[in-house]
Amino acid sequence: MTPTISATALGRRYRDQVALDDISLTIETGTITGLLGRNGAGKTTLLRILSGLEFPTAGDIRVFGQRPAENEAVLRRMVFVREEQPYPDFCVGAVIRVASWFYPNWDRDLAERLLEDFELPARRRIKKLSRGMRSAVGIVIGLASRAELTLFDEPYAGLDAVARQLFYDRLLADFAAHPRTIVLSTHLIDEVADLLEHVVMLDHGRVVLDAPADDVRGSAVMVSGPATAVDEFVAGRSVWRRERLGTRASVTMPGPFDFAAQARARNLHVSVEPLSLQQLLVHTSGSSTDEMVSA
Amino acid sequence: MPALDDGTPLFVQIAEQLADEIVDGVLAEGARAPSTNELAAYYRINPATAAKGINLLVDETVLEKRRGIGMFVAAGAREQLRARRRKQFAEQYLDPMLAEAGRLGIDTDTLVSLIRGPGWHNGGKTS
Repeated sequence: MTPTISATALGRRYRDQVALDDISLTIETGTITGLLGRNGAGKTTLLRILSGLEFPTAGDIRVFGQRPAENEAVLRRMVFVREEQPYPDFCVGAVIRVASWFYPNWDRDLAERLLEDFELPARRRIKKLSRGMRSAVGIVIGLASRAELTLFDEPYAGLDAVARQLFYDRLLADFAAHPRTIVLSTHLIDEVADLLEHVVMLDHGRVVLDAPADDVRGSAVMVSGPATAVDEFVAGRSVWRRERLGTRASVTMPGPFDFAAQARARNLHVSVEPLSLQQLLVHTSGSSTDEMVSA
Repeated sequence: MPALDDGTPLFVQIAEQLADEIVDGVLAEGARAPSTNELAAYYRINPATAAKGINLLVDETVLEKRRGIGMFVAAGAREQLRARRRKQFAEQYLDPMLAEAGRLGIDTDTLVSLIRGPGWHNGGKTS
């Protein structure tokens, strides 16, 4: 089966600024992929190219095997929910109705249920909605359109933790019942980590990680304990980062460890903890973040 | 949501939790196991991850697929899991305990008397 998305040496420049640099990746059909990275890493640019809003300045992009830009056949099959999506100033019900005309797989019942779940008043005008409610409108459209390819770009500005959980639960339930390809760009990484089957991490316009989520878990660990024991444990291994506080030390390094190494850690009284996806991003995202982690 | 720890792959943790229920007898032999989508919704994880966890138990013949109906706990699954866990007991439970005992200067005799002693059961000396 051809992957839903494939990018080959994709690049995007704005004058002298490089937004995307030599991006090559594929996103398989029927998966939930997390597109992760710091602000300015290139996530939104990539999504805009995927949805035909922008042209690449180098390389090639294929969605459903075709170039997406100005390609109605491709665009009909996808939905792109943007952060702070602008809507015409209709009432909520009218915006939803208009959206329903665009998407061939639109599910009216689902849309109505989601409107209730998010407590969106159908008669209120878009301009009178709070930021969170406007985000919820985007989420309703993104889910109810049931497009073969669903792109969410930080879809939850202004949504509180409860509403975000509602979004994750509804996303998961509808995905399970109607599998499709979903790309979720977010900086709330730890919240979505378990929803993801695949992870793509961008930094300064480049792909720094492209792997199944299962492989990423435990791929980096923090070893901490008495400095001498930690030094003894990590001797001869590659280490990403060292920190020291008095006689204690902690070291970030690639993992996971085999059973023998775990037993050795125990005997040396050093603790080994896996890095979360969020911590991994901080470590993978270049030297400028070092200050952020050395608290 | 029930807590899943970090570190070990999620699908392994899913398999372990199902195995726990089988060992405890909560999920009896011959009973229907939760479906992929039920697990995904309950643990709030990707359905593909849940499916991998179930497949792990299918490969170990703990679960068996009945076409069109779902996954069921295989006959003999409980004893099979118990036998395997007995083998792993020493390295999973005793080794860490002995390491901590050594750190605190608790010798083997003291350990044995702690395990045998009446204080263990009613004195609140857990972990």
